[in-house]
Amino acid sequence: MRNKRTELTINHLERNDGVPFDASWFENSQINRSAIERRTSSLGGRRTVKKEYQAAWLLKAISCIDLTTLAGDDTRGNVIRLCAKAQSPVRHDLLEAMDMTDEPIQVGAVCVYHNLISFAKEALEGSNIPIAAVSTGFPAGKISLEDKITEIKKSVAAGATEIDIVISRDLVIESKWQELYDEVALCRKACGEAHMKTILATGEISTLTKVAKASMVSMMAGSDFIKTSTGKESVNATLPVSLVMIRMIRDYYERTGLKVGYKPAGGIQKAKQALDWLILMKEELGNDWLNPELFRFGASSLLGDIERQLEHFVTGAYSAGYRHPMA
Amino acid sequence: MTIKEIYKTMSYGPAPESAAQANAFLDAHNRQFDLFINGEWQKPSSAAYFDTFNPSNKKALAKIAEANAQDVNAAVEAAQKALPDWVALGGHQRARYLYALARQVQKHSRLFAVLETMDNGKPIRETRDIDIPLVARHFYHHAGWAQLMATELRDYKEVGVIGQIIPWNFPLLMLAWKIAPALAMGNTVVLKPAEYTPLTALLFAEMCRNVGLPKGVVNIVTGDGKTGAALTQHEGVQKIAFTGSTEVGKIIRKTIAGSGKKLSLELGGKSPFIVFEDADLDSVVEGIVDAIWFNQGQVCCAGSRLLAQESIAEKLYSKIKTRMESLIVGNPLDKCIDMGAIVDKVQLKTIDELVKQGITEGNTIWQPSWACPTEGYFYPPTLFTDVSPASKIAHEEIFGPVLVAMSFRSHKEAVALANNTRYGLAASLWTENINLALDMAPQLKAGTVWINSTNLFDAASGFGGYRESGFGREGGKEGLYEYVKPKIEDSLMDTPIFPPIIDQPTAHNQQLVAIDRTTKMYIGGKQARPDNGYSNRIHNRVGKTIGEVSDGSRKDIRNAVEAAHASAWAGMTGHARAQVLYYIAENLAIRKAEFANRLVQMLNHTEGAACSEVEQAIERIYTYAAFADKYDGAAHSTVQRHVTLAMPEAIGVLGIVCPEESPLLGFVSTVMPALAMGNHVVVVPSESFPFSATDFYQILDTSDVPAGAVNIVTGKKEDLAFELAKHYNVDGLWYFGTKEGSQKVEALATDSMKRTWVNYGKCRDWSDDKQGSGELFLRQATQIKNIWIPYGA
Repeated sequence: MRNKRTELTINHLERNDGVPFDASWFENSQINRSAIERRTSSLGGRRTVKKEYQAAWLLKAISCIDLTTLAGDDTRGNVIRLCAKAQSPVRHDLLEAMDMTDEPIQVGAVCVYHNLISFAKEALEGSNIPIAAVSTGFPAGKISLEDKITEIKKSVAAGATEIDIVISRDLVIESKWQELYDEVALCRKACGEAHMKTILATGEISTLTKVAKASMVSMMAGSDFIKTSTGKESVNATLPVSLVMIRMIRDYYERTGLKVGYKPAGGIQKAKQALDWLILMKEELGNDWLNPELFRFGASSLLGDIERQLEHFVTGAYSAGYRHPMA
Repeated sequence: MTIKEIYKTMSYGPAPESAAQANAFLDAHNRQFDLFINGEWQKPSSAAYFDTFNPSNKKALAKIAEANAQDVNAAVEAAQKALPDWVALGGHQRARYLYALARQVQKHSRLFAVLETMDNGKPIRETRDIDIPLVARHFYHHAGWAQLMATELRDYKEVGVIGQIIPWNFPLLMLAWKIAPALAMGNTVVLKPAEYTPLTALLFAEMCRNVGLPKGVVNIVTGDGKTGAALTQHEGVQKIAFTGSTEVGKIIRKTIAGSGKKLSLELGGKSPFIVFEDADLDSVVEGIVDAIWFNQGQVCCAGSRLLAQESIAEKLYSKIKTRMESLIVGNPLDKCIDMGAIVDKVQLKTIDELVKQGITEGNTIWQPSWACPTEGYFYPPTLFTDVSPASKIAHEEIFGPVLVAMSFRSHKEAVALANNTRYGLAASLWTENINLALDMAPQLKAGTVWINSTNLFDAASGFGGYRESGFGREGGKEGLYEYVKPKIEDSLMDTPIFPPIIDQPTAHNQQLVAIDRTTKMYIGGKQARPDNGYSNRIHNRVGKTIGEVSDGSRKDIRNAVEAAHASAWAGMTGHARAQVLYYIAENLAIRKAEFANRLVQMLNHTEGAACSEVEQAIERIYTYAAFADKYDGAAHSTVQRHVTLAMPEAIGVLGIVCPEESPLLGFVSTVMPALAMGNHVVVVPSESFPFSATDFYQILDTSDVPAGAVNIVTGKKEDLAFELAKHYNVDGLWYFGTKEGSQKVEALATDSMKRTWVNYGKCRDWSDDKQGSGELFLRQATQIKNIWIPYGA
């Protein structure tokens, strides 16, 4: 059903082109943190997947990973390796044991800095794995809007089909919602055909209510995805923040009929965490959001833990990291 | 399903918890359990056993002994025998036992959880994550209270042997709520688990043996209602603690009326779940799931009446329906379900009949499209909208997964609808406006108010009802008082104290013909003639007629209660009430001689004795004026990032039937604490010597007491007391009279479930500060409301 993913994106999923700014869609939003935390902390006890269900869900998690490297010492070499891992993230014998060899298990995208796009493009030639580039003065976003637009355009020109932008946090802190809308809308325009993921940097937004408002404004301005964090803030993706953001996605969908994707990023390192997020998505938004068109993990080390869990499922013995090819 | 198929459908699949160890436990007992009496397993004298079932597959789990009166007697005797040593052991040693029990529960937590789920049908998530952890927490918390009893409750002692009867909806948790505080305070217990769900109590009995709990301290007798009746009627039991239906609670109360047994009742509810337009609606929906679909709705404090502000009602209903569609009903041992089985076919039938009636009454029903499993007793989550308050499902406790919804227009209407019930166990209210939340919480007639949350429990917080949801609290320091009694109770007397009569009363050999004084009653701040137009002659203690007093009747009680409800007194601050009380004392001091003369006239005692009574009355008014702004509640330490406020609230309209003796001091000592706490009172003064009270209304008139705060109805004390006891709009009644009168007051108060405080014919020395004043009076004048306020932005 999800084999030809890129086609699906183009043919079946109506892209969010945004709607005119309307403060009434969010100005009365109220988020109750305690209730949000109660929901996320009890969800793990209410829903779980075991055995073959867990294996299938973990494979799904892999397909939703934006396999990421965003380090100062990134080179062509490690980006090439990352792209190889992206195309065959799971050992073939494990896929065989699970009878999954005819499902092209690969990650959702590869995510790099702008000046590494070309190497990724080279390495992913012939695959349908999208290249995502972080942009707009990532991670702090403290460059002029003009420079942000230029940076996006350069990345798209270099071959990125997904652009992860960061918003100006000061606009959220100062509740300048119209300005935020204008900025994100301009970025979206600059993206053109490339899909835009809007990073709110929720670790730097002090209240969940503001997270909700920033989410709605970002969607109104045409974001294809909204994303928690850069991975560089001290607090990254958390389940409570995710719950708030995806409930706003639901609200936006109910108002417009448009499905916006969600990407938690930063700090998601364990297979168990990945399952928690998938369960959250399924419970709050439904199965449509359980595929890479509408859901991504921004993660670098998550894949390794999932591989170990899959081997445990296949062999019954706990696995070791060295048994799986590194990125 | 293959992995490939699951990869495409992304379904959850089964995740069953193993029943192997629980089955092994049952097998080790050959699936037959005897009675746990005096630390041993004892065969029931009837040799009768009944089956307990797993409601999710209708299979019998084990045979359970049926205790009859003889077995109950053996258990009570064992508890009586164990009592002196258990008391003598002291707080610290008892704390060690309670701590050990907490540890046992933790060490065997999964076994308890699985067994509970099998016996009851509730989801393993709930037993594992909620019930059993709360059980351990309760024993830990009360181990602490055992340790602290000697210092924190120094004026109190154990009650004795406690009979405890618990329900089937939280079998082990209710056991913990009953046993932990009882043991901590030095009592011994005989506990009867519910007929449907005895297994975890029997496993707990094993834990008692494991920790070497002294024999007879905990006795567990299984059986049905007859076993419970034998326990409540047993003369060797000093207190009954019951959790269950209002219907059975009333039977128990009537049965033990006048016996002097202490009683705490935690009964039914139809708790409102109020949603204001500024609430976080998505979070509200999850709150509703936890309110009414927790334990299949078989929760006494379930938020079963949804009150939604009109502006958001339709939106909310739509969100609830979407959410209901994704709920999963199934095998309770599965870790991936939301609702398990209804406890028994009888309960299932009750739910089904009430729902059918709801449909017949024209309410709009909605159920999800999926079907429940058919092999056990399952019922789908159900929503009724546009429910009229008049329909049966709006006011009857369904005790199932059925939510009835109605809308409200204004805050005032929300309160009115919320309180439009005979129950008063809990309320949940949702708003992001703290001003609104804290304005609403005190107005709701409920023992627990959860703000932006629901069904939160903790050992440090009291839990219990208003109105027909029962009385008494479980948990928190307030809950301990159910398991102790004041030490001074042992020194109360069988006859009242009257000072000696002296030969020549000094009062007023008046030469002139006195002007005939008409002593009226005092209702709504005005002097009132009796409705029936009769008066009674009053004689002094040597038989001389000293005046006449109105012969108040039930109509005067009616008028007084109405006037009391209309009073503004409760709305005043503690400080303002204190000011009025001080003013009363001031005015009484000015008229000291007159009040002393009156006492001499009635009681024929010395002027010295009379002056001393007036002086003491003034001092006592000072005491309660002082307390008016100082009897604070508490901020309980419960769960993270919550303030749990324990607020003492006035009982409401309180009837006070004064003692015959100490006509002034007895009046003041009972009326003033009630007033200080903000009650509106209807007072029946001493029948034989009423003039101190009737003189007193002139003082009330000159002391800025708002109309209706104090109403005085003179006349035949017993008749008036019984009228007050029956009156549905009287919230509480204090009665200081005869043993027989006490019995009748308790019996008559049963149906309205009003709080009563009677003396069973025992008399206080009102001149003794320990007996005639103090914190006990304030506690009787209030009930604790726990308000849970979570926070976080």
